[in-house]
Amino acid sequence: MNLARRDILKLGLTGAALATLPIGVLVPDRSAHAAYPEAVFKEKDLDKALQDLFGTSDIPAGDIKIKAPDIAENGAVVPVSVSTSIGGVESITLLVKENPSPLVAHFELNPRADGYIATRIKMGKTSPVIAVVKADGKLYSASKTVKVTIGGCGG
Amino acid sequence: MAKNTIKVRAKIKGGKCVVKTLIKHPMETGLRKDKKTGKKIPAHFIKEVVCEHNGEKVCVANWGVAISKNPYLSFRFSGANKGDTIKIAWTDNKGDSDSIEATVS
Amino acid sequence: MKKLTKKLGILLLALPLAQVAVADVSPEEELVKFQNYYKQKFPDVPFQDFANGVYSIDPASREQWEALEEFPPYEIDIEEGKRLFETPFANGKSYADCFENGGIGIAQNYPYFDTEKKEVITLALAINRCRIENGEKPLKYKKGKIAKILAYMAYTSRGNTLDIKIPNKDALEAWKKGRQFYFSRRGQLNLACAHCHLDNAGRRIRADILSPALGHPTHFPVYRSKWGELGTLHRRFAGCNKQVRAKPFKAQSEEYRNLEYFLTYMSNGLKLNGPGVRK
Repeated sequence: MNLARRDILKLGLTGAALATLPIGVLVPDRSAHAAYPEAVFKEKDLDKALQDLFGTSDIPAGDIKIKAPDIAENGAVVPVSVSTSIGGVESITLLVKENPSPLVAHFELNPRADGYIATRIKMGKTSPVIAVVKADGKLYSASKTVKVTIGGCGG
Repeated sequence: MAKNTIKVRAKIKGGKCVVKTLIKHPMETGLRKDKKTGKKIPAHFIKEVVCEHNGEKVCVANWGVAISKNPYLSFRFSGANKGDTIKIAWTDNKGDSDSIEATVS
Repeated sequence: MKKLTKKLGILLLALPLAQVAVADVSPEEELVKFQNYYKQKFPDVPFQDFANGVYSIDPASREQWEALEEFPPYEIDIEEGKRLFETPFANGKSYADCFENGGIGIAQNYPYFDTEKKEVITLALAINRCRIENGEKPLKYKKGKIAKILAYMAYTSRGNTLDIKIPNKDALEAWKKGRQFYFSRRGQLNLACAHCHLDNAGRRIRADILSPALGHPTHFPVYRSKWGELGTLHRRFAGCNKQVRAKPFKAQSEEYRNLEYFLTYMSNGLKLNGPGVRK
């Protein structure tokens, strides 16, 4: 199953075909999880990255809470958490629009896992931090702008 | 194989197992220059973190260079009991890896 | 740069810089004045919270700090520090042989004035003297192994109250020198420590909030996000001096040790909370 899915991804199918593929679904039968999206991590354009991952960059807003500071103390270590009460969460994806490569992280979650992850990220400058949640095959997004400043005490 | 790079805490809280992990890793972006030589320091970062509960994958993280140095990850899931085993394993872009097992408390 | 100089210029004009009286300074009186100054400036901060620096006076950055403290990056360093601390020297002895109580829970006793040697002994200095006495090479003072050992020792001393003593005239001289340093302008920016951390504590310098001097030495060594690693107090002194475009002194130089002696005495009554994490 996984091999066929990788081949389809290489062919660059978009839209419906990709949307129906079980990308990033962790099933409790120990099958291999999705391949590391090498190319998407290098993608410099936010919309392109979203299209590569989900087949679309037009993702509606959903009930997702992004906890991140309004002004980051230090752009190298910005604590971020994403939580959602939407059921059936399969994956949570984090992107920072203004980073050299917007895709920051992609988390695949088992059905037993809460729609919640927390981590610490690097931000090059002030930017929206975007979370995309995939649940029951549907996509939802949220965004929060985090400011990154130059300190006075030598940065 | 790296050693002793992972610290993990797994506790039952409100019926869920809350896992917090801290990993020692440079997470070098490949964009920084060595101040002395002027050359770019090559990218060195964790690509994948696989988190298992009693042998079953609960969370798989795909990371890029924008995850902070000495990365932190937290997630929660149901269906765990005290005494269960949590395993955290990472692999990086240089092919290095480490893993640790911890008991749910 | 122009904007910054202009803003600093305005800052400097308005300064009520504390007197640097030479005559008879009583450390006990100065301590009370110093601590009362901050208590009045920040009336809502519980005394012990001053040990948390800028996080005691700024809720927004406190939230981020608390997020990091949930699983602080220095935890890895404490473990490594413990390993280093417990590894014996080539001659079979170990750090525990050099310190009272085996080196556990004693960081609050530093720095102290050695009345025989007539100098300030900091914990970092004591660690290296222990190494040299036992045939080992001294460690570099700003980061790396010494910072990890200090992190472990600081961790075992968490919660212990500072009660630095000034035992005799020589010690008083060292304390006075530290005080002198604190209030002396230096660097191209011509600023004294007191300008930022005493007179303007709580105000902003660009996007940074100046932390109060009260509580400064309690949380070292510190994992600074900026450094991406642990660093010692003297590393921070040097960094701060560089930031006012002054040539820094060497770590563990007499100047910095006297400064540490003064600063730590002025934080007497606060409980140690190292190692810390800061931006």
